[in-house]
Amino acid sequence: MTDHLRPIDHDLNRLRDKLLMLGGRAETAIAQAIRALVERDSELAEQVIRDDDKIDQLENEVDELCIDILVLRQPTASDLRFVIAAVKTAPAIERIADHAVNIARHVLRLNQEPQLKVYFDIPEMARIVQQMLLDGLDAFTSHDAEKALETIRHDDHADALYKRIYDELIHLMATDSSTVRRGAELLFIIKHLERIADYVTNICEQIVYMARGEVIKHREWPEL
Amino acid sequence: MVKFGTIRETAREPARAPDPQTTPLPVKVQVERFSFYYGDVRVLHEITLGFPRNQVTALIGPSGCGKTTLLRAINRMNDLIPDTRAEGRILLDGENIYDPQVDVVRLRRRVGMVFQRSNPFPKTIFENVAYGLRVNGLVRNRRELQERVEESLRQAALWDEVKDRLHESALALSGGQQQRLCIARALAVRPEVLLLDEPASALDPIATEKIEELIAELKRHYTIIIVTHNMQQAARVSDYTAFLWMGHLVEFNQTEKLFTVPREKLTEDYLTGRFG
Repeated sequence: MTDHLRPIDHDLNRLRDKLLMLGGRAETAIAQAIRALVERDSELAEQVIRDDDKIDQLENEVDELCIDILVLRQPTASDLRFVIAAVKTAPAIERIADHAVNIARHVLRLNQEPQLKVYFDIPEMARIVQQMLLDGLDAFTSHDAEKALETIRHDDHADALYKRIYDELIHLMATDSSTVRRGAELLFIIKHLERIADYVTNICEQIVYMARGEVIKHREWPEL
Repeated sequence: MVKFGTIRETAREPARAPDPQTTPLPVKVQVERFSFYYGDVRVLHEITLGFPRNQVTALIGPSGCGKTTLLRAINRMNDLIPDTRAEGRILLDGENIYDPQVDVVRLRRRVGMVFQRSNPFPKTIFENVAYGLRVNGLVRNRRELQERVEESLRQAALWDEVKDRLHESALALSGGQQQRLCIARALAVRPEVLLLDEPASALDPIATEKIEELIAELKRHYTIIIVTHNMQQAARVSDYTAFLWMGHLVEFNQTEKLFTVPREKLTEDYLTGRFG
């Protein structure tokens, strides 16, 4: 039918922009937290912690806008699914940013100790998780359920890496007790990365609902 | 009888498989390949649709889509319009209401109707409700008449407001009360199906809410079919919704599904205001 701009379109565009801004800030927070880890940059870690307020504020703005749209525009069909997806996605992004903040806090503690020679595959795990978030946000913008499903599949890679690094860290701590404190901090960091991948998965499930009206959460492979 | 899950035959695009989540429900009114003509103009195109018993079904669609014509076809109100013609069948409990031997007066007793504009007779409140009972000879004595009038007014959630002024003019009631009086009048003859043609379109939000509460209450006893332009109202009051477009049935589904995940792009475009 016609491509005219409806009154609700203006609000939905604002909502999408705010969500993408929120997602962009979360992406930056993860990237900076990991850089702070690899480069032992405490100043950068502190910046991640400071910037979290802006993310919280953006989440509130998304909430308010969603409520306004629901009350004033009474959306239906795909418009409604978009708003519902936004309502559920914003807290997931905010939690992702919280995990980045937690990583930054662990970095600050790690940086007070001598560096472990290797960080195992933590940068690789961080790269996968960051790419998942990037792809998830892309899929959100383009309402692309296929891309969202593809992104969910990468969660298995993140989980596999988590398990491997976990085992390696446990082995290291068991064989060299001087590494226990630093090993414990790294265990927390990989757990946070693993949780971020889970949140990205939740976001992608919302994208599938938004695009297709299909509820896929709590389903297991190979059903998807 | 045609099962509920098989009713999408007339959509313009090929029907998808019935939703396995949809529970088959007993059908009260089955429309089968029904077409309707005003002169040479076909305004309904082979509609096939089953209205589930004791449920509220909303008919929605843009002006001129045929929803009111379809509603009026269910108690043959369109017969009153000259130069009109129907094809296909409409079955009420399996009986084709378009069979030549059908008694139309009896049909309209079984299938009551309430119109967009409340249209009480210029008589007392009591006489408005009693009228159908009297002319149809449905009561044996005055006491029975009074009981049926009270029962109908109670069902229409109007009794408490009018019980002390039953013999005052119905025209003195508010718009919302008049509309509920018309519902009471329709209920007095104990119909099985109630057709509502935009029953709240001329009412304020409070009167509208009362009508909507009433609809929810009445479906326990009646099969209700409502035409409404107000999509939020359709979403609020109905269990099932049928979307019509240019005389075609585009989509019929449980209301919550149709409003959140419509199957057809036309439905999506209409619901989201991209046309209509």
